Amino acid sequence: MGRFAVRRLLAMLLVLFAISIVVFLIFNVIPNSDPAQRLAGKNATPQLVASISEEWGFEEPLPVQYWTMMKKVFSGDLISYNSRQNVDEQIAEGIPATFSLCIGAALIWLSFGILFGYLSAVKAGRATDRVLTVLALVGISMPVFWLAAIFLYYLTFEVELFPSGGYVPLSEDPLGWAYHLVLPWLTLAIIFVGFYSRVLRSNMLDAMDEDYVRTARAKGLSERRVRIRHVLRNSLIPIVTLFGLDFGAVLGGGAILTEAIFNLQGVGQYAAESIKNLDLPPIMAVTLFGAFFIVLFNALVDIAYAWLDPRIRLEESAR
Amino acid sequence: MSEPLLAVRDLRVGFVTEGGLLQAVDGVSFDLVPGEVLAIVGESGAGKSVTAQTIPGLTRSPNARIEGSARLRGEELLEASEAELRRVRGDRIAMVFQDPMTSLNPVYRVGDQIVEAIRAHRERVGEEEARRLAVEMLDSVGIPQPERRADAYPHELSGGMRQRAMIAMALALDPDVLIADEPTTALDVTIQAQILELLRRLNRERDLAIVLITHDLAVVAEIADRVLVMYAGRVVEEGTLDEIFYDPQHPYTWGLLGSLTRLDRERPERLPQIRGAPPSLLDLPAGCSFAPRCPHAFGRCTELPGLKARPGEASGHRDRCWLGPEEKRGRRELDGRIGLEEPA
Repeated sequence: MGRFAVRRLLAMLLVLFAISIVVFLIFNVIPNSDPAQRLAGKNATPQLVASISEEWGFEEPLPVQYWTMMKKVFSGDLISYNSRQNVDEQIAEGIPATFSLCIGAALIWLSFGILFGYLSAVKAGRATDRVLTVLALVGISMPVFWLAAIFLYYLTFEVELFPSGGYVPLSEDPLGWAYHLVLPWLTLAIIFVGFYSRVLRSNMLDAMDEDYVRTARAKGLSERRVRIRHVLRNSLIPIVTLFGLDFGAVLGGGAILTEAIFNLQGVGQYAAESIKNLDLPPIMAVTLFGAFFIVLFNALVDIAYAWLDPRIRLEESAR
Repeated sequence: MSEPLLAVRDLRVGFVTEGGLLQAVDGVSFDLVPGEVLAIVGESGAGKSVTAQTIPGLTRSPNARIEGSARLRGEELLEASEAELRRVRGDRIAMVFQDPMTSLNPVYRVGDQIVEAIRAHRERVGEEEARRLAVEMLDSVGIPQPERRADAYPHELSGGMRQRAMIAMALALDPDVLIADEPTTALDVTIQAQILELLRRLNRERDLAIVLITHDLAVVAEIADRVLVMYAGRVVEEGTLDEIFYDPQHPYTWGLLGSLTRLDRERPERLPQIRGAPPSLLDLPAGCSFAPRCPHAFGRCTELPGLKARPGEASGHRDRCWLGPEEKRGRRELDGRIGLEEPA
């Protein structure tokens, strides 16, 4: 287990390093991205641009520039070329909103995905299953930008049931926090609920034909116990993988649209604005932030997998 | 003869499929007395597993059509509620299946799976006592270091050990009947012999009645007291082990016996086989379902023969064939390979 963790950690660092290089190089080849020009402002003289370029080290060779930037990322000295604000502070400000959105949505999609998937599998072919199947397909088919617009129009504009956006810190007003997040949570979670319930349903239907399920019935277990302890338990293993990957991806940028539409001022929204402005420092920092969570949850999935499926442990320790 | 433990009468099991009603079991009857090993033999699709699994209600489904009667110590099982059946399953009728690789849940420890079986029926048995009992059972089926093996996951045990663990689980509650559905088919020959030896020992020591489902006559010869030969959902011959092996009456039984390898005879170029394939259960021939493959079929075989003892004999040796006793003897001997010599 220890060796496994160390190996995964090294792989994580390698992936993050590669991503940072790619972001840095892409930024340096796209047109109209000269940072000195941006720092100097709209009506800058060529002399000013040149002196800024000199002062900020943009004349240095690329590896040196990369090194300087990475040092700043990790020491918290990274400054936006557009607003001249500290990037790490901006990200830190966005984190509560992003985490609130992602964790809340994840809890919703995981619990309802499992609940609906379970009901659908247990009632396979019957009315409950058919209704849930249709609902799941509808859920999967609704893109976030459309769903968010529909929510905003009907639930905040037509019927003033929910606020139209903004983020209220949990520490200030827990009720307001949840109230403001209900629509963003649903917007982000619905597509996953549909997807997870379909995956779980088909996993469970496969598992119901397994020999060990017949053994469980032959032991005289109650149908409920057979379904939960033997069918559901074994069918959840792939769901855990999916969840780890999806949750990492949502934290790492998948929630950008939702954040932007509901004006949550989270990390995703900050990323979206930085990309619009071709502002390298925040793009770099936010990309690493997102990639970190994606890679981290990938590693956690592997660990959780070994915990859920004992067959994997043996292969690891035998190596 | 003692009172039957399990009495099955005219069991019929059909499944509604897109192609129509598939009659998997068509009128099977048998008695099982305490301490007896009854083998049900036949090819794939003969209905032997469906027969065995229907008795404890494992084939129940909205598509299944189950008729007839199966009484365990007089208690009707086919009409029992799901809750009543649950009390029977695992406690009074236990089962062991073909593939020990897939029959244990891969994510739980072997010992825990046995404990689960015990506690499903004995609410008052505590976790620790159940665990002690599980270890004891593992020990009694010949698993070395049972304490340690109870903590193992199924994939950490060999196929033979897993099948022993399955048997331990099945016997943990001291059932009246063990249904063993192809218990040795997925195992190596040497392990097969060990598992059969174990079943025979348990049969003797515990007076355990066993219904053994198999397609392998060598397995039958090892352990069975009585044999039911099934073909296309029907019993075509039944009798004691000696009757079936030394005086087989039905051409299908001759075919099965003829296809065995024999150590006491010169090895033939090719093993004899029954020509053709079993009929589709959705499209059975009228009359005797074996007739299309039977080298001895004649005009009358378009009518279904009853399962009868030979005229003038009141024995339990019965078969479903129109040929007369003399004809059978003649043809069986003509074939040369079929039937074994007189009992030793």
